[in-house]
Amino acid sequence: MSEHHEVDSVSGRTTTGHEWDGIKELNTPLPRWWILTFYATIVWAIGYWVVYPAWPLVTGYTTGLFHYSTRASVTEELANLEAMRGEKMKVLGNASLAEIEKDPALLALARARGKTVFADNCAPCHGSGGAGAKGFPNLNDDDWLWGGSLDQIMQTIQYGARSGNAKAHEGQMLAFGRDGILKPDQIVTVANYVRSLSGLSTAPGYDAAAGKKIFAENCVSCHGENGKGNQEFGAPDLTDHIWLYGADEATLVETITNGRAGVMPAWSGRLDPVTIKALTVFVHSLGGGK
Amino acid sequence: MNKTVSTDELLADDDGPLYVAHKKVYPQKVSGTFRRIKWGLMAVCLGVYYLLPFVRWNRGLGAPDQAVLIDFPNRRFYFFFIELWPQEIYYFTGLLILAAIALFLMNALGGRVWCGYLCPQTVWTDLFYAVERWIEGDRRQRMKADAAGMTVNRAARLVAKHAIWLMIAWWTGGAWVLYFSDAPTLVKDLATFQAPAIAYVWIGILTATTYLLAGYMREQVCVYMCPWPRIQAALTDEWALNVTYKYDRGEPRCSVKKAIDLRALGEKVGDCIDCYQCVAVCPTGIDIRDGAQLGCIQCGLCIDACDSVMRKIGRPARLIGYDNDINVQRRIAGKAEVFKPVRARTVVYASLIVAVCAVMLYALLTRTLLDVNVLHDRNPVAVKLSDGSIRNGYTLRFLNKRGFDRVIAVDVDGPANASVHVVGLDSVTPDRPMIIIGRDQTTELRVLVTAPFDEKAEKSVPVTFRVTDIGLGEVATATDHFVTP
Ligand code: SF4
Ligand code: SF4
Repeated sequence: MSEHHEVDSVSGRTTTGHEWDGIKELNTPLPRWWILTFYATIVWAIGYWVVYPAWPLVTGYTTGLFHYSTRASVTEELANLEAMRGEKMKVLGNASLAEIEKDPALLALARARGKTVFADNCAPCHGSGGAGAKGFPNLNDDDWLWGGSLDQIMQTIQYGARSGNAKAHEGQMLAFGRDGILKPDQIVTVANYVRSLSGLSTAPGYDAAAGKKIFAENCVSCHGENGKGNQEFGAPDLTDHIWLYGADEATLVETITNGRAGVMPAWSGRLDPVTIKALTVFVHSLGGGK
Repeated sequence: MNKTVSTDELLADDDGPLYVAHKKVYPQKVSGTFRRIKWGLMAVCLGVYYLLPFVRWNRGLGAPDQAVLIDFPNRRFYFFFIELWPQEIYYFTGLLILAAIALFLMNALGGRVWCGYLCPQTVWTDLFYAVERWIEGDRRQRMKADAAGMTVNRAARLVAKHAIWLMIAWWTGGAWVLYFSDAPTLVKDLATFQAPAIAYVWIGILTATTYLLAGYMREQVCVYMCPWPRIQAALTDEWALNVTYKYDRGEPRCSVKKAIDLRALGEKVGDCIDCYQCVAVCPTGIDIRDGAQLGCIQCGLCIDACDSVMRKIGRPARLIGYDNDINVQRRIAGKAEVFKPVRARTVVYASLIVAVCAVMLYALLTRTLLDVNVLHDRNPVAVKLSDGSIRNGYTLRFLNKRGFDRVIAVDVDGPANASVHVVGLDSVTPDRPMIIIGRDQTTELRVLVTAPFDEKAEKSVPVTFRVTDIGLGEVATATDHFVTP
């Protein structure tokens, strides 16, 4: 520091005594509150080093006074969340499916839980609202391949269909064309007959009697005499307005020629029983439940 | 040319502070019209604030009997006969709008009268000053004591002052939390240390802020922190009445004796005797004779001070008064004074206030105690059933604002031959679901509406949910759409 302080005559301020090429530096210190804030941040930082993990070392890092770690805190929070849920979920676990649906508070709880689980696990196939898609059933309607009662829905969720699980629903639509059971023209005829079952238009000149005969010989064992389907084999009702793969002639021909065998995974083991319960109630309450 | 300065001078200059160094203000005691008005308003404001939580209001069994209560846990707001739900937050919006326009109107009529008479900062600071004056004496004594330094007597007085301040501050925070819980119970719980921690935290916060703001920061809040002076300056007009030194009458300033002599000679002399009384009493420490300025909170105390001076020297009162520059100029020009309280600005503000009041009153009087909101399912929007009929799903939220359980029937008007079903409910009346909503509650239910497919019908038809209180016949409706895929 220079010994004597000068005052700049123009600005009336002192100078630092530094001079370059005749230009002198004005002494304009930071406001005091600013400096104090700066010191405070330094103190804070030191405290931070001591309390929290801070310095990377060669093989690790300084762990701080409390061995705090964000990972541990997230784990802890998740555990807390589970514990919090556990309380409420216990109530769900103890109530029967029907009881849950009768009690508005339990229903709301099950629906809330079911909805999030559905979004995480079921939405990829059935859509986020359960509206389904071609080959993936719409869970909002009242048509059920494997039954739409609470128990039936729960069973389907638990074990799935053609999932490989020992208790899974089995049964499939045969590939009548590919396996040479029916000839292509027969397939077209029976496809038209199936369309007529649900009141859809048929191709001009199609032989209804022949169609009926082919149907009786090949299809009734699963779909029933009147084409009403059979939930035991997951054989769809052919007389209603709902078609999993489509009802136009070309799609039906394709279905009959190559067969169908959609897969529903088994969720038991992947989801805990209470969650499956909540999911069942949620799906049932979408509106199609029987 | 550069000159060398001493280190002392340097240190004084060193920090170049960001704002003017604090100059302690020692307002002097004053009495008069405006002081009386201020005492009166202070009594009313503080009285309302401290006592209101203890006013009872009978709302029947099970409901809180506190006249004004903000019940956060149950999400209710009670104001005498009014009970508001979170859904009715717009009443608070209305109140805020009213408050804003009322402030504008006050400003158009009398400048910053809010600041001078009603603002909490002013009211509490005034109260704190009263305590200070009571214990430490008036302006002169306080200045002398500050200059003299610490003595035992003075220390005792300071302790007493701060103790009383803290008591007031503590009770200010205490009254605040009483608005959020049953007051008598909370007082008891607070006294026995049973109250929830949050109550103590809030009392602590408000004790600290009251003590700091009213005891230490005082006029600095008005000058540096508060945005209203700036906004006010932009909102005001030339007709607003502000505390004004009537320089046409006051100047040139002149001592009493000299004035008498000069007047006898027929010369023009002003009434202001330069006694600085107006400055001495000013709580923000400004000289109003410098003209309108940011520091002036329009408290009128300088008017009282100058009036008593004028009385003593036998000159007419109101050398300082609520006035404006237009009138000063008119008097100088020899014209009569004009006051225009009724002008476009004030008329607009007043009618806005009336209009907002009317709207709020209408909404309040016609508000229903049974309500229903509807939300259409987004995904899927519509579902085709196996028999070909179409179904739409909705979430209905029912609000029962009455103090008893009610049986509600749900009907639907919309697509032809529609039927309605409430999920999770086996209705005794199959075509007309009936539900029970608990008192003072909301209930959310999933409702399905099914209608036969009609090719000629529109893709989307309006659907109205009509919910009827079976007992009272009260009806509420909500409208949405019924969509066909
Ligand atoms: S109190 Fe009145 S007379 Fe005294 S200085 Fe102020 S304006 Fe002038
Ligand atoms: S100048 Fe007068 S009215 Fe303004 S703040 Fe001071 S005492 Fe109050």
